[in-house]
Amino acid sequence: MSQKVRWACDLDKSVLLGNFEKRGWVQASPDEDWNFYWSSVQTTRNIFSVETGYRLQDDQIINHYPNHYELTRKDLMVKNIKRYRKDLEKEGSPLAEKDETGKYIHLDFLPVTFLLPADYNLFVEEFRKNPSSTWIMKPTGKARGIGIFLINRLSQLKKWSRDSRTSTFAAPSAKDAYVISKYIDNPLLIGGKKFDLRLYVLVTSYRPLKCYIYKLGFCRFCTVKYTPNTTELDNMFVHLTNVSIQKHGEEYNPNHGGKWTVHNLKIYLEGTRGKDVTDKLFDEMYWQIVHSLKAVSGVMANDRHCFECYGYDIIIDDNLKPWLIEVNASPSLTSTTANDRIMKYNLINDILNIVCPNGEIPDMRWNKTPPKECYGHYDLLYDEELAQSEVLERDSKSRIGIATMSLRSRDSRPRQTTTWK
Amino acid sequence: MSALQGQGDQSEHLSVLIAHIVQELRGTVLHSQLKRAAQFQAGKPNIHLSDLKKEVHSALVETGWERKLRNAVYKHMVLYPQMNHPSSSGEHCKEPLSYIRKSQSNWEKRILKSLNSMCTELSVPLARKRPLQEQKELKMKWNELGTDEPDLSAFRPVYAPKDFLDVLMTLKNPNCNSSHENKSMVHTWGLIQMPFKIKTMKELRDQYWELTMTESQTGVDDLSEIAADVYETERTKLGKKVLQAGHSPLAQQFSKKGCPATQRCDLWAQILGVTSDDIDKLYYEQLKSYVFQHDLLVDSLIYKDIKLTATNDDNYFVFEDYLYQALLVFSRDTHVLKHFANSSATPAKSYIRGKLGMEEYAVVYPPNGVIPFHGFSMFVSPLCYVYHDPVRLYFIFRELYMRYFFRLHNISSHPQGIVALSILFESLLQTHQPQLFYHLREIGAQPLRIAFKWIMRAFSGFLASDQLLLLWDRILAYNSLEILPVLAMAIFAFRRVNLMEVTTFSAADAVMADLTGLKLVPLLQVAIFSSQR
Ligand SMILES: Nc1ncnc2c1ncn2[C@@H]1O[C@H](COP(=O)(O)OP(=O)(O)O)[C@@H](O)[C@H]1O
Ligand SMILES: [Mg+2]
Repeated sequence: MSQKVRWACDLDKSVLLGNFEKRGWVQASPDEDWNFYWSSVQTTRNIFSVETGYRLQDDQIINHYPNHYELTRKDLMVKNIKRYRKDLEKEGSPLAEKDETGKYIHLDFLPVTFLLPADYNLFVEEFRKNPSSTWIMKPTGKARGIGIFLINRLSQLKKWSRDSRTSTFAAPSAKDAYVISKYIDNPLLIGGKKFDLRLYVLVTSYRPLKCYIYKLGFCRFCTVKYTPNTTELDNMFVHLTNVSIQKHGEEYNPNHGGKWTVHNLKIYLEGTRGKDVTDKLFDEMYWQIVHSLKAVSGVMANDRHCFECYGYDIIIDDNLKPWLIEVNASPSLTSTTANDRIMKYNLINDILNIVCPNGEIPDMRWNKTPPKECYGHYDLLYDEELAQSEVLERDSKSRIGIATMSLRSRDSRPRQTTTWK
Repeated sequence: MSALQGQGDQSEHLSVLIAHIVQELRGTVLHSQLKRAAQFQAGKPNIHLSDLKKEVHSALVETGWERKLRNAVYKHMVLYPQMNHPSSSGEHCKEPLSYIRKSQSNWEKRILKSLNSMCTELSVPLARKRPLQEQKELKMKWNELGTDEPDLSAFRPVYAPKDFLDVLMTLKNPNCNSSHENKSMVHTWGLIQMPFKIKTMKELRDQYWELTMTESQTGVDDLSEIAADVYETERTKLGKKVLQAGHSPLAQQFSKKGCPATQRCDLWAQILGVTSDDIDKLYYEQLKSYVFQHDLLVDSLIYKDIKLTATNDDNYFVFEDYLYQALLVFSRDTHVLKHFANSSATPAKSYIRGKLGMEEYAVVYPPNGVIPFHGFSMFVSPLCYVYHDPVRLYFIFRELYMRYFFRLHNISSHPQGIVALSILFESLLQTHQPQLFYHLREIGAQPLRIAFKWIMRAFSGFLASDQLLLLWDRILAYNSLEILPVLAMAIFAFRRVNLMEVTTFSAADAVMADLTGLKLVPLLQVAIFSSQR
C-alpha cells in the first residue's frame, strides 16, 4: 500500500494544500492521472460534459456533482423543492400535511419566492395581498451578495426592469434572471444585530442519500444594528450577512470577522430560551437540509466519483423558525481569522477522511460507509440505506412480536435513529 | 476564633450575627412585604385572637413568605464577615493583618495616583455634568453604545493582572525574617511567600467530593453517547423541583453537579438571592439616569476595557452593548459600597474642586468605589449567555461581584482572596507536580506568571463559554473561589508533557495560550481524585 494518492487542485488555498501535504499525497496536474481532484465547479462540468469525452477511472474522485446547480442555483433549488412538496402531497405523504391556512406544516421552510421575469404576474398578485411587505431581489447566477437589493414598492421593480434594458419581460438569458423572495423582516437578533448561519453539509451519495453535517458551523453577523425601518432598505450592512459585504463596513472587526460559532449560539439559546426550543430549532434545520437534498436526489446525476461539500445559508426568525436561504456549491475556503483558518482546515481534513478513509487511493466501487472514527467533526445526518434497513428490522421485529417500538408515533415526522440525535 | 474561646463567646457571636441580620433586613422591601402579608393574615375574619401569633406564622409558611425570609437570612449569613467579633475594630474585621492592610492601602494609593495623573495628562475631569443635549443623545443610543467610538487612544487601563501580580510578589510578612525562611514550612518555589494557611488536596477532596468520577455530572454525562438524554431529563426534572422549592441552599447543593443550561438562570438567581422585581427595575432606571447626567472618567476606562477585551473576543463580541449597559450602571451604584464591609479594600475618595484634603468635601469615586482593571468586563461577558434581560443581567453581576469577584483584585489574607488562591495554586502544583514545577522554575517560567491572569479573571475569556459556565456553577454551588487554583493546577498537570519539553517562558506561555479545547469536569476529576496524597 505504498502508492500515494495523486492530487490535483484548482484553488490555491492553504487549508487544502496543507491537508494534501499532511497525508504525504503527491501533486499531479489536472491533465495527468490524478486520484483526487479539488476542482472548481467549471472544471467538474467540463470533465463530465459529453464533448470532452473524458471518462473517470475507478480510482478517481472529484469534489462536485456535474449538475450540482439543481441545488445550488437559487431558482432551481426553489423549483425542485416546490416540486418535491407537490410530489409528496400527491403520494399522500404525512410530510406534506397542511394547516388550516393551506401552509405546509413540515415543509414550509423557504421564504415565498418567485422567478423573475417568468413569474412576474404571480408575484404581483402576491405582492398586492400584502402591499407593505419587503422583498429581496437576487440574481440567480451570482453569489457573495452581488446584485442583491430590497424593494417594498412595485414601482421599484418596474424601474429596475426598465433600467435593465429588457423593457419587456421577454426571453431573458439565464444570466439576467432573478429570484424575488419574501424578505424575512423579523430575524432573530443577538446584541441587536442580524445574522445568518453557515452550515457545512457533505454529500457522498444521492441515491441512496448519504449526508453529513459539520458541527463547527458559524453565524455571520452584520456589523450594523438591525432595523426593519424602510429608510435603511438600501444599507446592505444592515441586511446582508455575507462576509464579503460586511468586511467593507467601518465596524468590521478583523479579530473575529463577525463570526460566532454555532456551538455558542446553541449555548446562548439554551441558556436564554430553553433547551427544548433550541433542540426543536436544530432539529428543524437538519430536516430542512435533508428535505432539500431529497428534493434534488432524483434529478442529480449520482455519479459515484463525486462528493460535494455545500455551504447552507439559513436565517432564524424571532420565533426561532429557521428559513433556508440558499445552498452554495463552493463555500468560501478563504480564512478571515486565525480561528476561521483552523476551522476550515479541520473541515477539509474531515471531508478527506470521510471520502478517502486512511488517505488511501480511492476506489469508487466501495460502499461509501466510512467507519465512525473517520467522521471527525461531522455527524452523520442521514443515511438512506441505514434508515431503510432499520425500518425493515423494525418491521420484522414487530412481526415476531418483540416490538420495542410502538408504531410510528403521532408525530408524523420520520425519526430515524440512524440520523442525528 | 481560637479554640480557647468558650461557649459563652459563641452564643455571644450568634446574637451579634442575629442582630446584624435583623438590622440588615429592616427597611428592605421584603420586610415591608412580610409585614403586609402578616397584617393581611391577621385581618382575616376567621382568625382566633388567642392563637394569633401561631396562626399568622403558619399562614406565612403556607403562602411561601417564610421561605423567602429564610433565603434572605441565609444570604446575609453567607455575606456576613467571618472574622467579625464585637470587640474587634472595624478595620480589624476588614483585614486582621496590619501589614496586609498596609499593602492594600499602598496599592490603592498607587491606583488613585495613576488615575489622577491620567486626569492631568489628558486634562479630563474625574467627573463632569453632561450638557442637556448630550444627555439626550446618550439616551437615544443607549442600546448601541458600541457603535459610538470616542477617541480613547490616550486612555490606558489603570492596571493589568501582570502589574497586580508584581505587587503581590513583594508582599512580605514582617514577622518572618530571611534567616528564618529556610527552616519555615512555608518555603516554596513559588512567587508568593506568605505564611497563609491553605487547604491540602485531602481537604479539597472532601470539599469537592461530589465531583468524583463515580458521581454523574452535567457537562459530562449529558454529553456522552449513551443514555445522555435519560440523564439530562432526570437532572432537569430534579432541577424543576429544586426551583419550585425556592430554597437557596437546596439550589446550591443541586448545582454542585452543574446546572442544566435551561435552568442555570433561575438556579443562579436563587442561590444568589437575586429577584428582579419592579422595584429593581426602577432602581436600574434610576442608575441609568445617573449615567446620562454625568460623564465619569471611569466610563472611558470601561469603554476602553470592553473595546480591548470582549469586542475582540470570538465568544463575546456579540454582547458588546450589554456590557456597557451593565458596567456603566454598576459604577453609579452605591449599593456596591456595602461590600467594603467584607473587603480589605477601601473605596477611593476624591475631593470637590478646590477642597483637596478636606474630609467634609470628600466623595467616594467612582460612586460604587470600584476602579476597573484591564479585563474587568470579562466578569460580565459570560453572564450574557445566561441572562437576556439587561436588568436581570445587571443584578446577577452585581451580586457575583459583591460576593466573589472583588476578592480577585484586592490584597487580603482572606482564604478566598487572590493571595491565598495564588499560594494554593503554587502549593498544589509543587506538591503534586514537583518535577514540572521545578523544570518551569529552572527555565524562568514561574507557573503563577502564566496562571495568575486566569485566576484573576475567574477564567473568563480563557475557557470555552460553556465550560466557563460549568466552572462558575461550582463557584456558586460551593460558595468558594478555591476551584480556580485547583483548575489552574489541573491544566498544568494536563499539559505536563508539552511543558516539560519547553525551554523558555514564551514557549511555556504558548503551550498554555489556548484553553478553549479543555473539558472542565474531567480535568478537575483527574486533578482532585487521581492523586492520593
Ligand atoms: N429572504 C431573505 N430574508 C432576509 N434576508 C435574506 C433573504 N435572502 C437573503 N438574505 C440575506 O442576504 C444574504 C445574501 O443572500 P443569498 O441568497 O445567500 O445570496 P448570495 O449568493 O449573494 O450569498 C443572505 O446571507 C442573507 O443575509
Ligand atoms: Mg449566500
